[in-house]
Amino acid sequence: MTGSTMNRQGRQTQPHAAPANVNVTQTEMITGNRGLQIEEGLIFDHGKLDVTGVDFAVPDDTVEHRLGNFARTSVIGLPGLSEPEAVRHYVRLSQKNFSIDTGLYPLGSCTMKHNPRLNEKMARLDGFMNLHPMQPHKTVQGALELIDTLADWLKVLTGMPAVAMSPKAGAHGELCGLMAIRACLEDRGDARKVVLVSDSAHGTNPATAATCGYAVEAIPSTRDGRVDLAALKARLGPDVAAFMLTNPNTCGLFEREIIEISEALHEAGALLYCDGANFNAIVGRVRPGDLGVDAMHINLHKTFSTPHGGGGPGAGPVVLSEALAPYVPLPYIKHELGEYSLVEIEEEAVEEGGKPFGRLSAFHGQMGMFVRSLSYMMSHGSDGLRQVSDDAVLSANYVAARLKDHMSQSFEGPCMHEVLFDDRFLKDTGVSTLDFAKAMIDEGYHPMTVYFPLVVSGAMLIEPTETESKESLDQFIDTLIALTERAKSGTAEEAFHQAPTMTPRRRLDETQAARNPVLRWLPDTPTAQAAE
Amino acid sequence: MRYLPLTDPDRSAMLQAVGVASIDDLFVDVPQAARGVKFDDLPRFASELSVERQLTHMANKNMRAGSSPFFIGAGAYWHHVPASVDHLIQRSEFLTSYTPYQPEISQGTLQVLFEFQTQVAMLTGMEVANASMYDGSTAAAEAVKMAMRITRRSRVVLSGSLHPHYRDTIVTNEAHTDSELELCPHDMRGSEDLCSMIDDKTAAIVVQTPSVFGGLIDLEKAARTAHEKGALLIVVVTEIVSLGAVRSPGEMGADIVVAEGQSLGNGLNFGGPYVGLFATRQKYVRQMPGRVCGETVDADGKRGYVLTLSTREQHIRREKATSNICTNSGLCALAFSIHLSLLGEKGLRKLAILNHQSAVKLANALCEIDQVELVTPNFFNEFTIALPKNAHRIANALADRDVLCGVRASRLFPECPGIGRYLIVAATEMNTDEDRDAFVRALKEVLR
Repeated sequence: MTGSTMNRQGRQTQPHAAPANVNVTQTEMITGNRGLQIEEGLIFDHGKLDVTGVDFAVPDDTVEHRLGNFARTSVIGLPGLSEPEAVRHYVRLSQKNFSIDTGLYPLGSCTMKHNPRLNEKMARLDGFMNLHPMQPHKTVQGALELIDTLADWLKVLTGMPAVAMSPKAGAHGELCGLMAIRACLEDRGDARKVVLVSDSAHGTNPATAATCGYAVEAIPSTRDGRVDLAALKARLGPDVAAFMLTNPNTCGLFEREIIEISEALHEAGALLYCDGANFNAIVGRVRPGDLGVDAMHINLHKTFSTPHGGGGPGAGPVVLSEALAPYVPLPYIKHELGEYSLVEIEEEAVEEGGKPFGRLSAFHGQMGMFVRSLSYMMSHGSDGLRQVSDDAVLSANYVAARLKDHMSQSFEGPCMHEVLFDDRFLKDTGVSTLDFAKAMIDEGYHPMTVYFPLVVSGAMLIEPTETESKESLDQFIDTLIALTERAKSGTAEEAFHQAPTMTPRRRLDETQAARNPVLRWLPDTPTAQAAE
Repeated sequence: MRYLPLTDPDRSAMLQAVGVASIDDLFVDVPQAARGVKFDDLPRFASELSVERQLTHMANKNMRAGSSPFFIGAGAYWHHVPASVDHLIQRSEFLTSYTPYQPEISQGTLQVLFEFQTQVAMLTGMEVANASMYDGSTAAAEAVKMAMRITRRSRVVLSGSLHPHYRDTIVTNEAHTDSELELCPHDMRGSEDLCSMIDDKTAAIVVQTPSVFGGLIDLEKAARTAHEKGALLIVVVTEIVSLGAVRSPGEMGADIVVAEGQSLGNGLNFGGPYVGLFATRQKYVRQMPGRVCGETVDADGKRGYVLTLSTREQHIRREKATSNICTNSGLCALAFSIHLSLLGEKGLRKLAILNHQSAVKLANALCEIDQVELVTPNFFNEFTIALPKNAHRIANALADRDVLCGVRASRLFPECPGIGRYLIVAATEMNTDEDRDAFVRALKEVLR
C-alpha cells in the first residue's frame, strides 16, 4: 500500500494542506466565478436583437397582409440567443437553485416529495399534450375519461360525493369551495356575512374569504395547537356562513375534535371548509367525508406529487359534500351511455338538477396536472397511498423524537406529517430562527418553513415527506442537532448571522428591493434602474 | 413500492425511536368513527409498465392536433415549441424546486422571473409585469378588481370582443362584490362604440384584441376617452404571438394588459396548465396581484434577486391582500421565457408573419367558396367566416373527414340566437398548404 491519501488510480483523495499564508476561499477570481459556481448575466446583457435560436421557413412575400393599420412599427427590444447560448444560460441559472432532486427539502405544509419521472412522460403523451380544449367532444373521449377517472379516485379517497375539477391551484380551490358554500346558503335564502378562519390558517384562507365578499374573523387556537372549540361555538350564530379549517392543521396536528366542530357548524346552519394542503398525512387512511367536511381542495402538486416548478403550476380540485354537490362551477364532465361530454351551459346543468355558480377560468382545468396525478395514484394504488401517509407521518414523528431534547417542539403528543418547533431553544443565543435556517443552507439543506404558522414564536415547521430514506433523515437530524449545539455554545453567533456563505449569493437586501422596486431590466443604463 | 425508500427494518427502528408499538399509535387523534377505512374499490400498486399501458390507451382514444388538418384557436393556439425548451424546463433544479422563498438558493428561478417580467413588459408595451398568474382568464378577473381598487369606482364595461370564458370568469369573480358589470353584446365585426360606454362612474373597460372572433380592435380612442373620464383601459390578449406583428396595447394607451401566454413555450394540454401574463404601469404596481421579483444586492454588494412587494400578498396581508393567489404558473412562465429568448425580436417577428400569412392564405381560399363570407376584415392568425349552413353540423361533418376546422361561435355564445352560421378559424405556422387544401376541399364537399 502506498499512502492512504491515494486511491487506486493514484489521484489524491485528500487535498494538500494549504500553505498558512494563503486563504483559499478569499482568493479573488479573475472571472468572478468560483469553480462550478458560474456568474451568469441577464439575457439582456448578452442577447442581441438580430440573433435568433429558431429557424423558420421563408415567409411568402406575395401574400398581402390583412393587418389594416395595426401593423407594429416599433422595436420591441427583445434579445435573442442562439440555441447553444440559450441552453448554457438556463443550465447555469438552474445550477443556482436548490431542488428536491438536490436534497432534503423539509418545507412544512408544502409537501416537497419526489416527483416521479413516469408522470412527466405520461403528461407528454401526444394524445394528451396536443389536444385542444375546444375540440369536438367525440375527438377527446380519452381525455375526458382521464379526468373522470381522476375525479373518481378523489371522491373515493375523500369519501365525498362530488368534485369540481377546474380550480387551478389551492387558493383557486378555496375560492371554488367558498363560492359553492355561498351559492348553497343563498339558495336556502340564508345569505350570511361572516367566514371564520383558524388563526393558524394559511394566508390564502382569509384572503379567499374576503375575495368572496365575506367579513373574516379569526378563531384562536388552544394551548395544545388546535381550534378552540368553545371559542368557535361561542362565535357561531346566524351570521356565520362557514369555518375554514386546515386538517391536519399547520401546527402538524390532527384536529381531534373535528366531528364536534362540524356538528356545531351544521347545527348553526354553517358549513365546514377544509384546507386540504396537508392531505398527505391521511391519504389512503382517513376520509374527510367521515369527518363532516363540506368542501375541501386538494393540492395535486402536494399530495399527488406534480412538480412544484419553482412556484406552479398546481391544481386544486375541490371535493364537495351532499349539501354542496349541486353547486359546482362550469364546465363539468358528464358520462352517459358510454359517452363523455362536457356540460358547459348553465341551462343544461340546471336540467340535470345542478345549480352551477359560474365559471372559474377559461376551459376546464389543469389537464397536464391531472395526467401526472393519475399516473401517481395508479402507481401507488390504495395500498401504496396508505403507505405514503404512514411513512410521511412516521418520518415526521421520528424527526420529532430525535430532536426532542435539542430543539423546542411546540406541542406535545404525536404529530402528523410535519412537526412544529419554535425558537425557545434559541433563547439568549443571539441566533434567530432566520439565522438558524440560513445556517442549514450552508449545510446543504433547504430550510424548513419559518415564521409560519403565526401562533408560535419563530416557528420552524419541518415536513420531511415519505420519500426520504432513513439514512437521509438521520443525516438531516444529526446536522440540526450539531447546529443547535453550535448555536447554544455561545461562540458562533456571528457565524450564524453571516450564513449562508457557500451559496451563489449571500443574504439579500429585501428592504432595498421593496423600497426602491426594480422589477425589470431597462436598456441604455449600465445597471438596471427602476422603471419611470 | 418504488417511490418509498423506507424498508420494514427502518420502519421498526423508527417506531422504536418514537416509542410507539405501531403506526396506528401515531393516528390516535383521528376520531374513532373515521378509522379503519378500507379502499377496496381502488386498484393496488402498479408497475411503470402497467401504468404506461393504461394511460397510453386513454391517450390513443383522442384525436390530437397534428394527426390531421387542425384549425382550432379561440384562446389556445397550436404552435411549434423548440426541443430545447422542454428539455430545459425538465432540469431538476427548475422542475422540482418550490416558490423561491429562500433567495440565496433560488437565484436561478428568481433571475428567470426578472427576465420574464421584462420580456412581458416589453412585449405588451407596459412598464412592469408580475411573475405570472394561472392563465389569461383569471388574470383578467384580477385586472378588473385592481382597476376598481385604483379608481375606487365600481362600474366595469366588458366589451363584446371578449372571449366568453373570460367574460364568465370575471362575472363569477364579481358575483359577491359591489361591482356593477355591464356586459356588451358580442361584437363580431368590431363595430361597437367603446367610447360611448365609458362615463364618469366607469372604473374600467375591458377590451380584447385580437377579439374572440379574431378581429383587430382599435383601442386608441377608447383609451383617450377612458383617461378623460378617469377610467382605466384593460386590454386582453389571448394570442401573444400577435404582438410580434401588431401594435402593442401599451402603444395604444392600455393601463393594464392581461394575456394568455400559452402560445409561447407551452403545449395545448387540453386547456391547462397555461400561463397568465399581467402587465401595468409602474405607478399602479402596489395594487398589482401576484408575486413580483425585484433586483437588489446581497451582503457582498453583488446583484441578486428576491420576491418583493410582498406586503400586497396573502401570506402577509391575509384578508387585506390584493389577491388570494399563491401558487402561480412558474414553470410555464419559464417555458414562455426560454421560447421567447430563443426567438428574440427577429424570430418573434418572423413567427408572427408566418402565422399571419398562414391565416390570410386560408381565409382567401375559404372565401372563394360560394356563399362563404369573411366577417373580420383585419385579423392576425384567426378570423371568423359566415357559412351558408349551420356551423355545428358542418364542423361535425368536417371532423368526420378528419379536419378540425375551428370553433363554432354557437359553442362560445350558446345564449345568442342567430349566431349558428359562424365559424372561428385559426391558422398558425404549423399548418401546411396541404392542410389548407384539405380544409377547403372538405368544406366544399360538405356544402355540396
